[in-house]
Amino acid sequence: MTQSKSLAAALFAGILFGFGLSVAQMIDPAKVVNFLDIFGTWDPSLAFVMGGGLIVNAIATPLILKRGKPVLAELFRIPGKSQVDRRIVIGGVLFGAGWGLAGYCPGPMITSLSFVDGSILTIFTAYVVGTLGAKFGLAKYEDYKHQKHQANEACVG
Amino acid sequence: MEIVNFTPLSATIGGALIGLSAAFLLLVKGRVAGISGIFGGIVYPEKGDVSWRILFIAGLVIGGFIYQWLGAGAGVDHIEAVVGTPWLIVAGLLVGIGTTIGTGCTSGHGICGLARRSPRSLVATVTFMATAFVTVYIVRHLVSGGA
Repeated sequence: MTQSKSLAAALFAGILFGFGLSVAQMIDPAKVVNFLDIFGTWDPSLAFVMGGGLIVNAIATPLILKRGKPVLAELFRIPGKSQVDRRIVIGGVLFGAGWGLAGYCPGPMITSLSFVDGSILTIFTAYVVGTLGAKFGLAKYEDYKHQKHQANEACVG
Repeated sequence: MEIVNFTPLSATIGGALIGLSAAFLLLVKGRVAGISGIFGGIVYPEKGDVSWRILFIAGLVIGGFIYQWLGAGAGVDHIEAVVGTPWLIVAGLLVGIGTTIGTGCTSGHGICGLARRSPRSLVATVTFMATAFVTVYIVRHLVSGGA
């Protein structure tokens, strides 16, 4: 029962998110690229989307986290805040370049699948391939680091 | 600079809906509404942690459908890519690789992370925003001569 309630909640949150992105017109890549074009035809709307989302979240999040646990789960699974490493910067540069090129970040891209359009399917497929490739690459890299670490320990021993 | 198509009201309302969705997901399921992270867990699944992700992602598409159905002609009623197919492929690959290595995108780092005042998310957001601004400047003003 809790399981199906929890799945329904995820579906509802997704619908609300996709609907919000659409209302904000972030599904229009030209609008996104215009936001990024300060020295040309500038459309400041995206800043208001982030502002609206941030204000609601900045108020709600601390209140929610005061609860010991979520309504339908055992614990809050929140990413760590303090670790600023190379990955964050390298990933940010690659993502920013892709976002600026086509005007699609993951949320609007997936929401736009609702338009069943060839250009969306193209970029979405490339996004899936990129995600999968990077996940495999990272897993291999972690393995490599682990083995190297063990080899070093063996030498010391 | 010339300001075009500025829609502050719908942008703020849409943004607030996104914020409400993220707050709801945190309250009920204890998870952060980072789209690339949620989606990445479907593409490269972790056992027992997949079904809610599929429903959330399906919800995004359904939300888009509902908007088109309600709007019927108002707002955004069709999609037009700003670049051709080869660049769409390059962009898609970069977004996939970048968000996976950088553990998040505009929603997870930009909205949820900043709302928690996370230094990690602040560095991520500043980095991808700055790179995106530079990319658009290069594409629109240096390569295509201001077109």
